[in-house]
Amino acid sequence: MKSGSNLERVILSGKPAVTAELGPPMSADPHEVIEKAHILKGYCDAANITDCQTAVVRISSIAGAALAFREGLEPVTQMTCRDRNRIAMQADLLGAAALGIKNCLCIAGDHQKFGAAGRLKGHPGAKNVYDVDTIQLVGILKKMRDEGLQQGGDKLQVAPKFFVGATWTPAGDPIDFRPLNLLKKVNAGADFIQTQGIYDVEIFKKQMEKARNLGLHERTAILGGIIVPRNFMMLKYMDSAVAGVTVPKSMLERLKKVKDAAGDDKKKSKEMQEAEGIKITVELIHQVLEIPGIRGVHIQAIEWETAIKEIVQAAGLYPRPTFTD
Amino acid sequence: MIVGQQKPFEEIWGMVKDFKKVLVYGCNTCVAICHAGGEKEAEILASMIRMKAAQEGVNMKVGHAAVMRHCEPEYFEPLMDEVRTYDLVLSTACGVGVNFLAQKIGNIPVYPGINTTFYGAVPKPGEFIELCAGCGNCILHLTGGICPIARCTKSLMNGPCGGTDRGKCEISQDVDCGWYLIVERMKQLGRLEDLVEIQPPRDWSTSFHGGPRRVILEHLQDFEEKEEKKA
Repeated sequence: MKSGSNLERVILSGKPAVTAELGPPMSADPHEVIEKAHILKGYCDAANITDCQTAVVRISSIAGAALAFREGLEPVTQMTCRDRNRIAMQADLLGAAALGIKNCLCIAGDHQKFGAAGRLKGHPGAKNVYDVDTIQLVGILKKMRDEGLQQGGDKLQVAPKFFVGATWTPAGDPIDFRPLNLLKKVNAGADFIQTQGIYDVEIFKKQMEKARNLGLHERTAILGGIIVPRNFMMLKYMDSAVAGVTVPKSMLERLKKVKDAAGDDKKKSKEMQEAEGIKITVELIHQVLEIPGIRGVHIQAIEWETAIKEIVQAAGLYPRPTFTD
Repeated sequence: MIVGQQKPFEEIWGMVKDFKKVLVYGCNTCVAICHAGGEKEAEILASMIRMKAAQEGVNMKVGHAAVMRHCEPEYFEPLMDEVRTYDLVLSTACGVGVNFLAQKIGNIPVYPGINTTFYGAVPKPGEFIELCAGCGNCILHLTGGICPIARCTKSLMNGPCGGTDRGKCEISQDVDCGWYLIVERMKQLGRLEDLVEIQPPRDWSTSFHGGPRRVILEHLQDFEEKEEKKA
């Protein structure tokens, strides 16, 4: 085993892996992370602790991961290339490993202009870093783990043993390059891949076929990304505003019908749309898990972590595997 | 060429209003082509300052001049005696010109009249686009002649991020995704597979991150020395 993480063990066991996501708060209060950790614990094999997603300052991924780990939830710490140079990245990740964190997902990070898609002020005037890109970061983590060397060549007395992850946007532009982009991530050393949210399963199937033709499904564990559609407006936003995500018309219409059927009663409308959203999610999970070469799912219930329990149970993915040694 | 944009007039007025004799000093190369700081722009800006001074009741003499290049002494030295009769030079050259003149001029302040923005090209009249970041270690032979450092918002070296949307960058539908352009260009050249090679972490010391840079051509320095001795 490369890292001995729970996620790695589940993947090696051959059972479909389940990862979830935990967004830390814009606050110095640890309780929200602790509460979310309790909600997710037992319903996923590991949870990504996001790293200032949409370029909003929150409790850092590593600190959030350490809090979650203390509560018994295995974290996947995230490291964006936006905010740190290679010196800070390696130093922070040595610290993460010292705190017991065993999974790391390497990501580019949303541009600092985002500020929660304009809902918050954010820090659009910030200077970004991008000293290394995600593929280079994957390579750095692999080199630290397998060769005991820093990127610059200096030796590490004790190497950090991370299970190294990267993301994949299978349906993004330029679509011809996306399978090659995945190939590069795997060649760099990505042990697992979490994909961008999949709604259009047909496009994803085609890209997975290309990935299989390159033999990538055997060299890395691809977890299909599932973003839970909480309501019609959110699904519409995912379709129109999120790069690399397309939602089939039929799915949009399905949630729109539910919204319309609920009428003006806001509470009823919310409940009905959420129930339908969970149904859609479970169907997507089943469809994605049937695709050859898929080794699990990465379920994101954004700011709605409480939905994970019901989804994982309804999808027949509960209980999660446990290991005695 | 170096592209610049004139500073907002209110900012310029704030810089100059306390001086009695101001020279607006243009540069007739790059910043003239982008209509920011050539002789014509220097003349117009001098007039605007004169009018503003008159409106505000400020007693100020404002002149204008321009030379071909502010970045080489042989162009601006012939005018230095005249320039030194002013108590402020508002330079509309790029930042290189402002720095260089400030080091040569002596006791007179040199202020910037423009913001120096980037190295760019002119795809059509009135439009200027950034194409090079001057990083000091060119890899354009690997990327179809399209620079990932200057043209990808995140300067990614190994392919696009997940933010490409219909060929545009996640920051704006007005900005092309650099990696979309690179992939399309490599397809056109029949070399898409070349992009599979992983570019390792870069040595940024050739860029500004290695500190202010200088280039020395020893053979030219030797030649100049010999010529001086002969003379």
